[in-house]
Amino acid sequence: MFPFGFTLREREIRGALALTIIRALGLGFLGLMAALVAYLVWRGLGAISWEFLSQYPRESMTAGGIWPAIVGTLWLAVGSMAVAIPLGFGTAIYLAEYARPGPLLTVIRLGVNNLAGVPSVVFGLFGLAIFVGFFGFGRSLLSGCLTLGVLTLPTVTAAAEEALRQTPASFREAALALGANRWQAIRQVILPAALPGMLTGAILALGRAAGETAPIIFTASAALTLAPPESMFSEVMALPTHIFNLATNGTRIAATRPQQFGTCLALLTLVLGLSLVALILRARLRKGRKW
Amino acid sequence: MVDGPIISARDVDFFYGSFQALKGISLDMRAKEVTALIGPSGCGKSTFLKLLNRMNDFVPGARLSGEIQVSGRSIYGPDSDPVSIRRLVGMVFQRPNPFPKSIYDNICYGPRLIGARKKADLDIVVEKALRAAALWDDVKDKLGKSALELSGGQQQRVCIARALALGPEILLMDEPTSALDPIATAKVEEWIKGADLSIVIVTHNMQQAARVSDHTAFFYMGSLVEYGPTMEIFTRPREERTENYITGRFG
Amino acid sequence: MAQAIPLEPKLSPSEKGARFFFLACAVVALGQMLLIMLFLFKEAGGLLGSVSLGDFLFSSQWYPTYDPPEFGALALIVGSLAVTALATALATPVGLGLAVYLSCLAGGITREWVKPAVELMAGVPSVVLGFVGLVVVAPFLQNTLDLPTGLNILNAGFILALMAVPTIASLGEDALAAVPREIQDASYALGATRWETIWRVTLPAAMSGLSTAVILGLGRALGETLVVLMVAGGAAQIPHSLFDSVRPLTATLAAEMGETAIGGPHYHALFALGLVLFFLTLAFNLLAYWLGRRWRRG
Repeated sequence: MFPFGFTLREREIRGALALTIIRALGLGFLGLMAALVAYLVWRGLGAISWEFLSQYPRESMTAGGIWPAIVGTLWLAVGSMAVAIPLGFGTAIYLAEYARPGPLLTVIRLGVNNLAGVPSVVFGLFGLAIFVGFFGFGRSLLSGCLTLGVLTLPTVTAAAEEALRQTPASFREAALALGANRWQAIRQVILPAALPGMLTGAILALGRAAGETAPIIFTASAALTLAPPESMFSEVMALPTHIFNLATNGTRIAATRPQQFGTCLALLTLVLGLSLVALILRARLRKGRKW
Repeated sequence: MVDGPIISARDVDFFYGSFQALKGISLDMRAKEVTALIGPSGCGKSTFLKLLNRMNDFVPGARLSGEIQVSGRSIYGPDSDPVSIRRLVGMVFQRPNPFPKSIYDNICYGPRLIGARKKADLDIVVEKALRAAALWDDVKDKLGKSALELSGGQQQRVCIARALALGPEILLMDEPTSALDPIATAKVEEWIKGADLSIVIVTHNMQQAARVSDHTAFFYMGSLVEYGPTMEIFTRPREERTENYITGRFG
Repeated sequence: MAQAIPLEPKLSPSEKGARFFFLACAVVALGQMLLIMLFLFKEAGGLLGSVSLGDFLFSSQWYPTYDPPEFGALALIVGSLAVTALATALATPVGLGLAVYLSCLAGGITREWVKPAVELMAGVPSVVLGFVGLVVVAPFLQNTLDLPTGLNILNAGFILALMAVPTIASLGEDALAAVPREIQDASYALGATRWETIWRVTLPAAMSGLSTAVILGLGRALGETLVVLMVAGGAAQIPHSLFDSVRPLTATLAAEMGETAIGGPHYHALFALGLVLFFLTLAFNLLAYWLGRRWRRG
């Protein structure tokens, strides 16, 4: 019927060519990232020792370790979750279980979604203006936790809402049909089913908070502390800002290169480790789901 | 028969992993006839249909033994190619599946794949295919509209026209009216009866098989139980299982 | 006529309390969004006493510590757009290629391992990538291309692309996976090869999700701070080539905010930059949302 010109062979060659290019792009990128991580691990391992992980910096940071930065980062991450989890889970429960379609729901959802797109440095500005300045918390662990908490709130909320919406409507109906009121249904049936998924989202957010730099430069971070934080109002060191300071601001940039690589590896391990835990949890959750 | 069978299956066994979906199927279908495949759900009729244009190639763990010939050529032979087989053996699916493109672009999809570019050629192909699918008068003024805006029955006929635009010798239809209302179903059936090509249709609907087909094959549990002229199958089946099925005792 | 009984059940006090508590959470979350905007506007508004809006947006003279200071943000805005544009040009083909590879080409087991790996990469802290740009890419560029500095648009765009690719690939893969199996079958049944099916059916059908993925990747590059702070070079000038240094908005904020007096004109100018950044990213998000809607209709 058709006198048209493409032979099957031509079409197959064109397809093979295109697919080869796509494979090359995909695998090339994966290879590049793998090489990059391998390089960081290799250089970082050279710097990491027990002393490096457990001591305070000495001799203009060219010796000693990063212990206070590790502690500071952990405090910041945990503190930001203490802000984001209650508020985010609460918001998610409202959105998924109580809110009826209407202007209020639209506005809340728009607000939360937009919050997710705001650059982290803008959160830093906000934290500086409101927590450091307006409330007078100063440059402190508290200001840093609040800033990071606001930053991670949209992620935590979105993941929690998603997890809540994935619990089957039949759970809710069954509980209500047995005479539970709405709050009982949520507390006794829906939350237990959704909680693992909600926590997975929170762990991912925790990783993100631990790796953030820009929001804590002005709100929490000190270049050097020689004692653990005394209270919520102390300044703290953190791994990301420590890398940044050593690599760009210091007077001994070249001499502290091993410390820089070591700190990078410590941060990478912490952040990717947390994400990995979340991904494994999520995969097991999906496999083990019985509904 | 002068020309020999257009489709000929010999001792076809087919497996999904370790599950044997078809057992020793052998049958010959004649050119320009409508052959209906009937049987209860899971009997293998759809699986068999999809073997005829190698759509089962996409199923992981699928294995086949035996031979299937179309127009005298083995389609699972070492030098046969699924892409060219599908040009020869068109297919219409259970649910209308037009591409999210205009009616015109839907019909042109196949011809463009093999290099048709000239608008004048394509216009002719589109009109011919739509006329053949009895849809031309409905849509000739809105060829540029999205195919998704048509009714379900019209969408299914776009899919038929799209398959016909390649000029296939055989058209496979997998329960083509199961998602359509009675009026749309009647139109598609009417088209099948008048069509000038070989059609293999899988259907759940016994009346439909009786109305449209020349030959009927009854599948049960992966085996071909009975195959013959539709009139005979429906009036005096040789097998008890066939009779039970068509009189509605199971399935 | 008997009075209609409302179907709304009477709420017990604990029920009411719970409802109120969760509503309060949602309102606080929303309030933060409003508070951020309020503070940005309030603190940025203070700048209008020292410079006109026209000068701020269209002058490229950024000398915040001179006397009198000059606050022209054009070079900073152009700097942000330049690195973002380069990152987009690099990351879009690679990100979409990776998405197609994951969704259409990779086998089941490969995909099961590679997809999480890509999601992990999206979590690599930006300061680590910035560090790589600083100690690996910059010397490499400087030596091989014989440049005065390796800290330039090219370096920043490259590192930002590394950050954007996992985002684009991961979201793009979701979009491709959502394309109905039926229309891909229809294409194969019409004698299309695998590539023809991907190119003519799968990609167009996923276009809405793919464009959203690219734009969200872009938004991420535009808002990224540490990478550009460390590797863009920091020169507040309108660039003329890929090898020029620039000072994007985010880098300016991070570099200068620590050293300015709260309440002074410089402080207000930095908030004005924050506001510009806020609106730029908002525009990207709205564009992503709008594209998603538009394609879904078509």
